[in-house]
Amino acid sequence: MASSATVGDLVSQPYKYGFVTDIETEKIAKGLSEDVVRLISAKKNEPAFLLDFRLRSYRQWLQMEEPDWASLGHPPIDYQEIIYYAAPKQQEKKASLDEVDPKLLETFEKLGIPLSEQKRLSNVAVDAVFDSVSIATTYREKLAEHGVIFCSISEAVKDHADLIEKYLGTVVPGNDNYFAALNSAVFSDGSFVFIPKGVECPMELSTYFRINSGDTGQFERTLIVAEEGASVSYLEGCTAPMFDTNQLHAAVVELVALDDASIKYSTVQNWYAGDENGKGGIYNFVTKRGQCRGDRSHISWTQVETGSAITWKYPSCVLQGADSVGEFYSVALTNNRQQADTGTKMIHVGPRTRSTIVSKGISAGHSSNSYRGLVQLGPKAVGARNYSQCDSMLIGDQAAANTYPYIRSQQPDARIEHEASTCRISADQLFYLQSRGIAFEEAVSMMVSGFCRDVFNQLPMEFAAEADKLLALKLEGSVG
Amino acid sequence: MIRPDAPVLLEIRDLTARVEDQPILKGVSLTIRAGEIHAVMGRNGSGKSTLSKVLAGHPAYTVTGGTVRYMGDDLLSLEPELRARAGLFLGFQYPVEIPGVSNLEFLRVATNARRAGKGEEELDTFAFEDLVRERLQVVQMDPAFLERSVNEGFSGGEKKRNEILQMALLEPLVAVLDETDSGLDIDALRIVAGGVNHLAGPDNATLLITHYQRLLDVITPDYVHVMAAGRILRTGGKELALELEERGYDWVDAELASLERTPAEVG
Repeated sequence: MASSATVGDLVSQPYKYGFVTDIETEKIAKGLSEDVVRLISAKKNEPAFLLDFRLRSYRQWLQMEEPDWASLGHPPIDYQEIIYYAAPKQQEKKASLDEVDPKLLETFEKLGIPLSEQKRLSNVAVDAVFDSVSIATTYREKLAEHGVIFCSISEAVKDHADLIEKYLGTVVPGNDNYFAALNSAVFSDGSFVFIPKGVECPMELSTYFRINSGDTGQFERTLIVAEEGASVSYLEGCTAPMFDTNQLHAAVVELVALDDASIKYSTVQNWYAGDENGKGGIYNFVTKRGQCRGDRSHISWTQVETGSAITWKYPSCVLQGADSVGEFYSVALTNNRQQADTGTKMIHVGPRTRSTIVSKGISAGHSSNSYRGLVQLGPKAVGARNYSQCDSMLIGDQAAANTYPYIRSQQPDARIEHEASTCRISADQLFYLQSRGIAFEEAVSMMVSGFCRDVFNQLPMEFAAEADKLLALKLEGSVG
Repeated sequence: MIRPDAPVLLEIRDLTARVEDQPILKGVSLTIRAGEIHAVMGRNGSGKSTLSKVLAGHPAYTVTGGTVRYMGDDLLSLEPELRARAGLFLGFQYPVEIPGVSNLEFLRVATNARRAGKGEEELDTFAFEDLVRERLQVVQMDPAFLERSVNEGFSGGEKKRNEILQMALLEPLVAVLDETDSGLDIDALRIVAGGVNHLAGPDNATLLITHYQRLLDVITPDYVHVMAAGRILRTGGKELALELEERGYDWVDAELASLERTPAEVG
């Protein structure tokens, strides 16, 4: 009798991006103090308003406590053991890619993100962030012809200080929450996107985040502003080397959409998740929020979360403008000892605002996967509507899935629909597919992609196939 | 069609199997040649469904003894998917629903896996589309079923038709049909049986597992085997099924009781 596999524990495929680039790095001493905040600001020659913002946030952070309401468990984080600034030794940001350290270009090439002129991804402009700094942004000139600004946030602080001062911290204030306050104090780099009035961004924009140093935290800050009638689709990707210690990643992303503007923000997150016993991996505490400030504006979040030891992340929409639309499409896969507590907040402020939430959680191994979402309808949100669908899939019998939907409505006639389901890949389903000649792992992967299709359909085409492959890879060699 | 010189496709010898700690098959022997239609009849719990699951390689069943040669090779050492690619087909009594996986995509992947097993080229989506539309006629199925998820929301009859559609696409050498007639009304039964008759040919064989004569009214078997308590008690022609219909299964119990008293004489 063939020892045919049964649905049981999942074991991760070895992590493909776990290498470390050997490059000389300038780091500051570990630990956090007001001096460190000043030092970071000074290194970046920042204007006074930004140093003030950092210091205010830092002082507020000192008064705050790490949140403990999520379904997550981890040993206490020692914030004095983290290095808050690390940058590959390379003087000024280079005008041309030819001057960028070839080791860095090679690193991104290995990650499948070629930056050099010849090999660039066609029709995708990339900002590459390595540890604390942005090392290159492609297609800048072509974008500039359309008035689109796409650069690192450090450059934006220098070249477009007015825009930064106008928008930074207006969606996620410096004291929003513990991790956002920390980020606001010490953020080092990230991306800035500005789409002027009436412009449809001619290509996909993408930022690729790479953590390289073992003892460094990554605190990037992304700000995307779409003026009246503008539209943009933006994708972020993330990987990190394998270390047996945990690295902290606490990012903030702010989106601003004015009248009739549209922002589509997609994430394929594949940080190192730790080994099968839960040693190492990234702690991902991220604050992402979009503000539909204008009437008829539209913000859409799509995320595929496969990595990180811990994911704490709730990309949200504040639907302020009348008739504005917020969307959240999420696939979160956890395996081994990974923990994810993720979801969204849809805050309906304006009249006739609409939001859609589609969340697909897949838990395998001994992992835990929670959806946590808030739908809030304020006193002026007359005629607002929400549709939520939260589905969980369990693989094996050791994994856990939870759904925590919160609904707060001050609209007696509001239409709020919530659907939830939980399914398990059953041995009989797998056997059925196998008995038709389909190999066990392909059968699992067919069922998982079928489960995620509603979300993958939302990803930019170039990345949908990628996401499908990534999930298959994460589950490969797995059910046994 | 019985041809004594036809090649042996499946040869089961003294097969024993258990599920968890419960022995179910207690020594089954059966030889199936190309061109033949066999029917295995028996009460619920006689082990006939277990036989079909063991042949297909269901992981819940453990073979404890005996051999199964398929086209001369050791069938039991193969993973279920390899058995399928080699042309063994199991039509399920209760086909499972697989939400999210499109029926069309599933049928295409399965067909291509079988084609690879035969050393044939993969069909692209267009070529497959043509093939599947042609084969849909075998079971008079609405193409709309291709767009749905595998078996999801299908009625009992639609699920069984979908099984026979898969059989029509995979062109198995040995098709084991487990209670394909259960839950079918008379029209659906006629359509499903028509499909099975259409697909039966001189180079393949069919093993029908059924409780009732009514399936055998529409598919004429060459051999009928009566199974009880994990063994084949008697083998005969199609008249044996009629005898069962007439006399019921009580005489089987009597025969079984006499066997139990003299276990040493059981082959």
